[in-house]
Amino acid sequence: MPIPAGCLLERTPQGLYCRAAAAWIDPVVPVPRALITHAHADHARPGCGEYWAVGASEAILRQRLGATINLIPVDYGALHRIGQARVSFHSAGHVLGSAQIRLEAGGESWLVSGDYKRCADPSCAPFESVQADVFITEATFGLPIYRWQSGSKVAGEILSWWQAAPERPSMLFAYAFGKAQRLLAELAAIGVEEEILLHGAVEALMPAYREAGVRLPPTLPMSALGKGESLAGRLVIAPPSAHRSMWMKRFKLPQTAFMSGWMAVRGARRRRGYERGFVMSDHADWPGLIHSVQQSGARQVYVTHGNSDGLARYLREVEGISAEPLEGSGGP
Amino acid sequence: MRRFAALYAALDGSSGTNARVDALVAYFSDVEAADGAWALHVLLGKQGKRLITGRRLRQICLEESQLPEWLFDDCYAQVGDSAETITLLWSQTGAGTSEPLHNWMEQLLPAAAALEGSEQAEAVRQLWRSLCPAELLVANKLLTGGLRVGVAQGLVVRALAILSGVEEAQLQHRLMGGFKPSAAALTALLASADLAEAVPSRPYPFFLASPLEQQPASPASEWLAEWKFDGIRGQLIRRANEVYLWSRGEELIGTAFPELLAAAGCLADGTVLDGEILVWLTNSNQPAPFAQLQRRLGRKAPGRKLLAECPAAFVAYDLLELGGDDLRQRPLSQRRFALEGLLHDLPETTSTPAAGLLRLSPRLPLTAWEQLEPLRQQAASAAAEGLMLKALASPYLSGRKRGQWWKHKRDPYTLDAVLLYAQAGSGRRANLFTDYTFGLWSAEGELVSFAKAYSGLNDGEITALDRWIRSHTTERFGPVRAVQPLQVFELAFEGLQRSSRHKSGIAVRFPRIARWRQDKPAIEADSLATALALLASQP
Repeated sequence: MPIPAGCLLERTPQGLYCRAAAAWIDPVVPVPRALITHAHADHARPGCGEYWAVGASEAILRQRLGATINLIPVDYGALHRIGQARVSFHSAGHVLGSAQIRLEAGGESWLVSGDYKRCADPSCAPFESVQADVFITEATFGLPIYRWQSGSKVAGEILSWWQAAPERPSMLFAYAFGKAQRLLAELAAIGVEEEILLHGAVEALMPAYREAGVRLPPTLPMSALGKGESLAGRLVIAPPSAHRSMWMKRFKLPQTAFMSGWMAVRGARRRRGYERGFVMSDHADWPGLIHSVQQSGARQVYVTHGNSDGLARYLREVEGISAEPLEGSGGP
Repeated sequence: MRRFAALYAALDGSSGTNARVDALVAYFSDVEAADGAWALHVLLGKQGKRLITGRRLRQICLEESQLPEWLFDDCYAQVGDSAETITLLWSQTGAGTSEPLHNWMEQLLPAAAALEGSEQAEAVRQLWRSLCPAELLVANKLLTGGLRVGVAQGLVVRALAILSGVEEAQLQHRLMGGFKPSAAALTALLASADLAEAVPSRPYPFFLASPLEQQPASPASEWLAEWKFDGIRGQLIRRANEVYLWSRGEELIGTAFPELLAAAGCLADGTVLDGEILVWLTNSNQPAPFAQLQRRLGRKAPGRKLLAECPAAFVAYDLLELGGDDLRQRPLSQRRFALEGLLHDLPETTSTPAAGLLRLSPRLPLTAWEQLEPLRQQAASAAAEGLMLKALASPYLSGRKRGQWWKHKRDPYTLDAVLLYAQAGSGRRANLFTDYTFGLWSAEGELVSFAKAYSGLNDGEITALDRWIRSHTTERFGPVRAVQPLQVFELAFEGLQRSSRHKSGIAVRFPRIARWRQDKPAIEADSLATALALLASQP
């Protein structure tokens, strides 16, 4: 069931639109005014007239969308009047500067989660629980098989995996923005002080995180490594796109692992051809999704991204909450 | 159990042969013999039937978790493995077990399986509560009999050879005919001298052929050409006044073929034949189609009617033992000569049980390589799958070793069919639509489902087709999706048989996808009439 006509938010081809604010949330094409939940490429796209986003994401947004974009940085929790609407950004705990966006007008309040997670992450502000009449939640990992352990526990597993191979390079694949820095911060938090090597795509995000004061271990871009220098016993963090690419030729007999929520399932790991999978995600797990929906106090929930059909059905049938997939049924 | 779960995780995580052998050596080098024996049993894929069905485990899991069934099924579709799905859904993490593997295999798991109803459910959950996730996965797989580690027997044997110093071939042979997991059996297996007195029933490891890659370099006169029959491989053993018939899967299948056991009674003691089990009608000059043999394979003890309708024959193509002597190291030319002599000397009158039941695989005329292709073309008319080419100088090796024995199949039949339904695969194909059902056009202009195929597409094509299926789904039936009938695939298969069990009236042997015909509109796919004509034209 689509959003009924006349609501505060509506679906348009450009993305979720708030008429009262004359603004789109994470639009998929250029629009005059965009409210950005976070700086991942599927949420922040170039070409918009005006961007509203959390100040902590400004450096990364300018790096990705252009230094001269018209960006209005906001603080978490501050209330802004945009057009006829009152808008506030609240920490989503997903990556540095990520936000849930709450909009209110005409006595109706909506909360758009963007991507979020609830477990502790030393590389960004923690998730903030926010209430609204209507909640639009993501459902990337919307199945009860997905339940996360704490980041520090997984970092410990990664540390033992790395230390068990002093004679080989250890190549850990992780998304370049967010996940990689979270791992570095988790490693620093459990006392790792050794220098870690980074693929260029990961390195590109480091200044923003260091600027934000995130505590990180020493890192070195691969490009700065001396020719012929031994890689044995080194930990290298690279984006998944580098796996099995020409870039990997330099590493002799590496042990490989992928760090992602998808690694909870053996078949997913085997299909991608990694030896090890570490289960660490920047999205909410199943209990986290359910908990967030309950805490939002929303009378109506829309579910988007991932298993939206399944989570909506569970909320309706088991939790007794009015919930629908945002995209309508029949999606993949 | 803890160490076995760790071994499983290590084998599951490493892709390199050496790493896997290392993990196996490390495990077996200091494991208790009683546990090692069970580990070997499981690694060889010899764990018998399941103790509890995946369905029952699902029920036991759901009773506690309070999740709706449909949600479990959604999870299963994502995971592709019921033991793993339960492991992921079971939200309690135990401390881990200190019970050794053999206790689990001999007592704990069978005891839980023997219970019923709520007692069983509670017993299973009790076991689950004690286990950490890695152990839980292994325990569930042991309960459902589905623990496949994905290590070839050869790797396990290599590791044991490294440990024990016993040659791999020797270990392979000692493992033939079944390994009963016990500390004593493992010790005997790894002993430097063959402690176990010769077991009369023990078969030799089979030597397997590989697909012919190119014409061999040596002259054709140095090769033996035979038909590749479409039956099942068997080893017929006459020792100690008994007869044993083994399948390639190391099952004793003699009771299903009493006439072959009887016929082999006229062989001298200490004789072992390698050959093909087929159905061969009296007065016919060629074997019956595989479907006839299948009727026999389905029966543990065939009735008189079935024996008359589908009489079996053993077509011998090698002689592995004669007069109690192991001939495997002799060249094939000598073994073949002895085999011809042996079968020639059998009493030929119809009153003896061996007549027509023990046959010699004919030697096909091959003196120059130019004759090879014409011979292959004749395979279909001889009811054969193709040709076998064996170097006359070859010893009888074990396993699949390339270079001396080749199989050279005839070209498969093909039909262009339309994709109708798709279902997600399991294991590494979980959550990808990889199990396809295809249809042909009926005279009424409808598509009738005709064959299922799972293989033949590369990873890129699978991903592209998966995406297409998701966006062209017309209906869902549980895990199965009906799609718009637009995509045409060339299916290859080995033969067609009439069948009342299939909607199309046709059963297809070994269907697989030969090509994705993106150039062809669905309307140009083949019809059932074409398939029936092909069926009629088969020998």
